Amino acid sequence: MELNPKQKWSLFAVSIPVMLWTLIPLFWIFSLAVKPSSIQADGKYFPREFTWDNFTLILTGGASDLFLPALLNSIIVCLVATVISVVLATFCAYAIARLDFPGKKMILLVALGVSFFPVISLVTPLFDTWRAIGLFDTIPGLIIPYLALTLPLAIWVLSAFFQQIPWEMEQAAQVDGATSWQAFRKVIVPLAAPGVFTTGIITFFTAWNDFVFAISLTSENARTVPAALAFFTGASQFEQPIGAISAAAVIVTIPVVILVLIFQKRIVAGLTSGAVKG
Amino acid sequence: MSTTTSSDTELRPRSSAKPQLSDRAKSERKLGWKLAGPAFIVMLAVTAWPIIQAVYLSFFRYRLTDPDAREVVWLGNYQVILTDPIWWKAFFVTLLITVITVVVELVIGFFIAMMMHRVVIPRRTLRTIVLIPYSIITVVSAYAWLYSFRTDTGFINGWLNILTFGLVPDNFDWFGGFWPSIVAICLSEIWKTTPFMSLLLLAGLAQIDGAMEEAAKVDGATFWQRLFRVVLPNMKAAIMVAVLFRTLDAFRIFDNVFVMTGGANDTTTLSLLAYNATINRVEIGMGSAISVLLFLCVFAIALIFMKGFNVDLAGSKK
Repeated sequence: MELNPKQKWSLFAVSIPVMLWTLIPLFWIFSLAVKPSSIQADGKYFPREFTWDNFTLILTGGASDLFLPALLNSIIVCLVATVISVVLATFCAYAIARLDFPGKKMILLVALGVSFFPVISLVTPLFDTWRAIGLFDTIPGLIIPYLALTLPLAIWVLSAFFQQIPWEMEQAAQVDGATSWQAFRKVIVPLAAPGVFTTGIITFFTAWNDFVFAISLTSENARTVPAALAFFTGASQFEQPIGAISAAAVIVTIPVVILVLIFQKRIVAGLTSGAVKG
Repeated sequence: MSTTTSSDTELRPRSSAKPQLSDRAKSERKLGWKLAGPAFIVMLAVTAWPIIQAVYLSFFRYRLTDPDAREVVWLGNYQVILTDPIWWKAFFVTLLITVITVVVELVIGFFIAMMMHRVVIPRRTLRTIVLIPYSIITVVSAYAWLYSFRTDTGFINGWLNILTFGLVPDNFDWFGGFWPSIVAICLSEIWKTTPFMSLLLLAGLAQIDGAMEEAAKVDGATFWQRLFRVVLPNMKAAIMVAVLFRTLDAFRIFDNVFVMTGGANDTTTLSLLAYNATINRVEIGMGSAISVLLFLCVFAIALIFMKGFNVDLAGSKK
């Protein structure tokens, strides 16, 4: 629909409050992270004084032995879970998009059902079993349940992507004299790669966000960032070190926001095609 | 698919004629399961197996601190839970949070989706900014909101005080009572998940044929008439899917409540109840029974939606 300049600018005007609503809490956590502890409780939205102390505290100072291992755990657990999910889901989605076999629809339905699963329902049996077989508070002990979060999502998003790929082009290339491997590599892989990559990002976000498994199935060795944040304590056990928590929150948020900024279009395409069309 | 009439004589290699399968079709079936099988098996192993285990464990009186006293109580745990007001309180709190957040998100999300659909000037910027909360860890957003509402560190009381010309005292304790706590929890949940809702709705909006709206406009329909007679009926499926996804998600709410109130002021949700039983009190039998009940609730919601609102999730996929 054609818009006249007046409509354009009035739309621009209403979009400002929406952007502010999104950005205010984000800037607030940053503001807390750079406020020196003396003015932490002044209730002012913009910091009047500025310090990097909270960042040095968690990166090199006293709280670094809490934060850095958690960051490393988060990265390892989420990366491994993402890679396993995306590889398995790629085969699965390829089969669903390309081949005719009974049970296709059932696989998608099961994936959907699993993604509706209340994750906390898995915690009790896993907690009991993991303690019995020694997987409690270990990296693999987190990776396995994370597959329950990431695999169904990856299957849905990827099969939606793969269904849009014009597979006939592969045959066309073969007719033109390419071997089937060449046709696959030169034609299909470049078409499929963006979808696989986007699925990887969405899957990684989901794993990175998990809190339930992280606080229930770990105690100290395998604790990830979200869980570590919730158990940060200050001088006394009941005092929350607000500055340190905020600084850690900023550190784990920045890379993710950068990813969103770069791949915004693709992430939107992946989320919506996976959910709505699928 | 199977209703192709006999007059339909064109070559249809994929329409499976039941009795005799060609070798090619047979090998395709095998290959299909070889490729899809591993993902399917892993998916079942990481969810179906624990839930079966949970059902089994829920029949026991079983506490980790006293493992030798483990004994079968059959449905005893369920009876204890379902006659306990704590369960029902948590159930209604969860339901309350779900209804508030989904309704508010549907309205705000639709508004944002309409805007994103139309906005031309900061289009890319707007779409990116709206997406940001989706990518942020829920725990981080919970802390951001917790610290903005708190009386010591927060800025919200100060702002409200100015906006209402002193009507709201600037030391109002948001985490001192049930309703203010619910408001704070719901706000952080809404902030975090509205982007997802608006993206789904935006996709629905994009599928509407613009010509229809144009025609209605030419015929003199007002904005509201176009909205309720043309736009909304045509994106019913997208709205249903968005509401279903968000409802099931909201019903499992855990992170926000854990960080913001920890269940104080009667804000314990069902997920938090299960967590407390298992992790804090190590009552595996009781925790398992709560887990199974929670699972059944989610299952029931999904069924009600699919039957009641006629959401055909798999059918929309060809």
